[in-house]
Amino acid sequence: MANLSLTKTPIPEQDPNIRNKNFDEVSTGYTEEMAVAEASRCLNCKHRPCVNGCPVNVKIPDFIAEVAKGNFETAYNIIKQTNSLPAVCGRVCPQESQCEGNCVRGIKGEPVGIGRLERFCADWHMKNGKDNIEKPKPNGKKVAVVGAGPSGLTCAGDLAKLGYEVTVFEAFHTAGGVLMYGIPEFRLPKKIVEKEIDALKQLGVTIMTNMVIGKVLSVDEIITQGYEAVFIGSGAGLPQFLGIEGENSVGVYSANEFLTRINLMKAYLPEYDTPIKKSTSVAVVGGGNVAMDAARCAKRLGAENVFIVYRRSEDEMPARKEEIHHAKEEGIIFKTLNNPEKILCDDKGFVTGIQCAKMELGEEDASGRRRPIKLEGQDYILDVDSVIMAIGTSPNPLIRTTTPGIESNKKGCLIVDENMQTTKTGVYAGGDAVTGAATVILAMGAGKSAAAAIDKYLKNK
Amino acid sequence: MYKIVDKKILNDAVTLMTVAAPEIANKVQAGQFVILIVDDRGERIPLTVADFDRQKGTITIIFQTVGYTTKKLAQLNIEDSIHAFVGPLGKPTEFGTPKKAIVVGGGVGCAIALPQAKALFNMGVDVDIIAGFRNKDIVILEDEMKKVCNNLYITTDDGSYGEKGFVTDVLKRLLEKDSYDLVVSIGPIPMMKFVSLTTKPFGIKTIVSLNPIMIDGTGMCGGCRVSVDGKIMFACVDGPDFDGHLVDFDELSRRNAFYREEESHACRMEAQING
Repeated sequence: MANLSLTKTPIPEQDPNIRNKNFDEVSTGYTEEMAVAEASRCLNCKHRPCVNGCPVNVKIPDFIAEVAKGNFETAYNIIKQTNSLPAVCGRVCPQESQCEGNCVRGIKGEPVGIGRLERFCADWHMKNGKDNIEKPKPNGKKVAVVGAGPSGLTCAGDLAKLGYEVTVFEAFHTAGGVLMYGIPEFRLPKKIVEKEIDALKQLGVTIMTNMVIGKVLSVDEIITQGYEAVFIGSGAGLPQFLGIEGENSVGVYSANEFLTRINLMKAYLPEYDTPIKKSTSVAVVGGGNVAMDAARCAKRLGAENVFIVYRRSEDEMPARKEEIHHAKEEGIIFKTLNNPEKILCDDKGFVTGIQCAKMELGEEDASGRRRPIKLEGQDYILDVDSVIMAIGTSPNPLIRTTTPGIESNKKGCLIVDENMQTTKTGVYAGGDAVTGAATVILAMGAGKSAAAAIDKYLKNK
Repeated sequence: MYKIVDKKILNDAVTLMTVAAPEIANKVQAGQFVILIVDDRGERIPLTVADFDRQKGTITIIFQTVGYTTKKLAQLNIEDSIHAFVGPLGKPTEFGTPKKAIVVGGGVGCAIALPQAKALFNMGVDVDIIAGFRNKDIVILEDEMKKVCNNLYITTDDGSYGEKGFVTDVLKRLLEKDSYDLVVSIGPIPMMKFVSLTTKPFGIKTIVSLNPIMIDGTGMCGGCRVSVDGKIMFACVDGPDFDGHLVDFDELSRRNAFYREEESHACRMEAQING
């Protein structure tokens, strides 16, 4: 029986005023009954627009049909055929601009909650299912992956399934990349990421942590060690700063630093050694998902006032609607159409405030968004003791400066052809290292395409 | 895990450890650093490499117990393991082609001044070392330094050993007397600041090795940013060595003091050790 409700089955969430004081997951996920009810909203369209919206082409109507029948493990296995990290994607994909954005039910009412259902299947499997991970028969060929983030892990998993002996080199002491250091626990519990990585290890993938490629080993040295192809998924880890006065004051962080201290180093837990300052008032500069994550972390660390300072209006914010909604619910104050001009500090260099200019929107600019224009004479000072810069990141130059033959564009992004191969034969790349800062799922899609291309290249070699 | 293969107590507060890390030992050059994590709940701290042995595959670090992590590290012994040990990070020191150089070390900074002096000495440069300490009890590496220089000048603040006074007193005297074309300085921030101020009127190239707060050591966190000639630099990837005449030392001092309160949680450690 089709469920004709125009709205998604609501998902249970922690109360905003409770969750903004803990790091537990915001949403506790669908129960079996809720999942079946939501799955019954799917019309199982013949032309499958949702699948076209998915960078890894999950067979969405097929898995949802199984959920509707209560066959949760079967549903999980269908997702798993094309998506190596369903528990992650169900939580952090921007479904509204991908699968759900194409859903026919969304024309009148809300689309089917595909992300919620994907998450449900992955969680159900983790709790009740069985992993029958069998190591594939080795094909005798070695491939190296640089970076254990979403693109690298996906590429490694796909290649391992094809019988390649895959080694992943990771610079940090923990694998997972942005899933571990960037996305907070309350959006993506770290034990989920760890489980996905364990599954890769069971497939035979070797992960070598503490290996900064470009320093301890060059890409060329990796090749001389017998790796027949290399995939570079080193991400876009370099934080940008505005270049305004006072930006080196004490208490100004990049979002990367702030989030890494919290998520990777667990500075919010007393039994971990990495320190983090308790702030009273925090300004987060930026309007993307990273800005929302940083603001919500600052709130959870106990800050009374947390401001999002963004020079355009809310409509132009690159963050997911859901993240903006959650942030507002948790008491984050939005200062849109505010441009940071200068950071003020006391005689010891500690931040005391941020001077903001008021803005209005003018004509559309090259990005298709309306250009913010300063309203003269309306500057004011927002009293804060910490400022977090979340205005974007660019690719790390370490690989491109130490690998002869690899070319990059003006922004430092590695140049690849339609097969994800860089300008150096046998060396492939994908994810943020190629696109600049983007999403987890796009990086995974790139890792997947690269794995297929590497397989083809090595079979014909 | 990275095994500790040697440990020496150099003085009450300074410890030497040699760690098995063959990949790093194979690549490291003078001036580069490692980041280590003592145990699975530890923080990441940067330490400049004091010595290395490519054949044995080892890296030597020398550190002062100033906070919780260095105290915890000093508790480890030979055969124990360090949770994570990453490197070599940062750029190797670019000495250029000097003929006559002075290497100035302050306190535990002498542990890093030593490999710099050694590298210069092995290049055939005439090297003098000025090593400053608070008092006689904390003098370290005297014999080792003597081996890699023509003249070793030791100063102590209280005159209990060597010459009474600061490294800058000796430095000024040497610069007035003789002609040098390079000064390398490693030690506390105020010392590097005053060394740079001392050499500036003489127009001598002055390299300082900075050790700011950082997490990843690969350019990712930006915590280690320093103003050099008015531009933001990341000490981890653009340094750790910079032109001492261009570094904003006061800003660096302020930024490095950010977690001082938290570092004093070393008392937790003492409580654990003393029961």
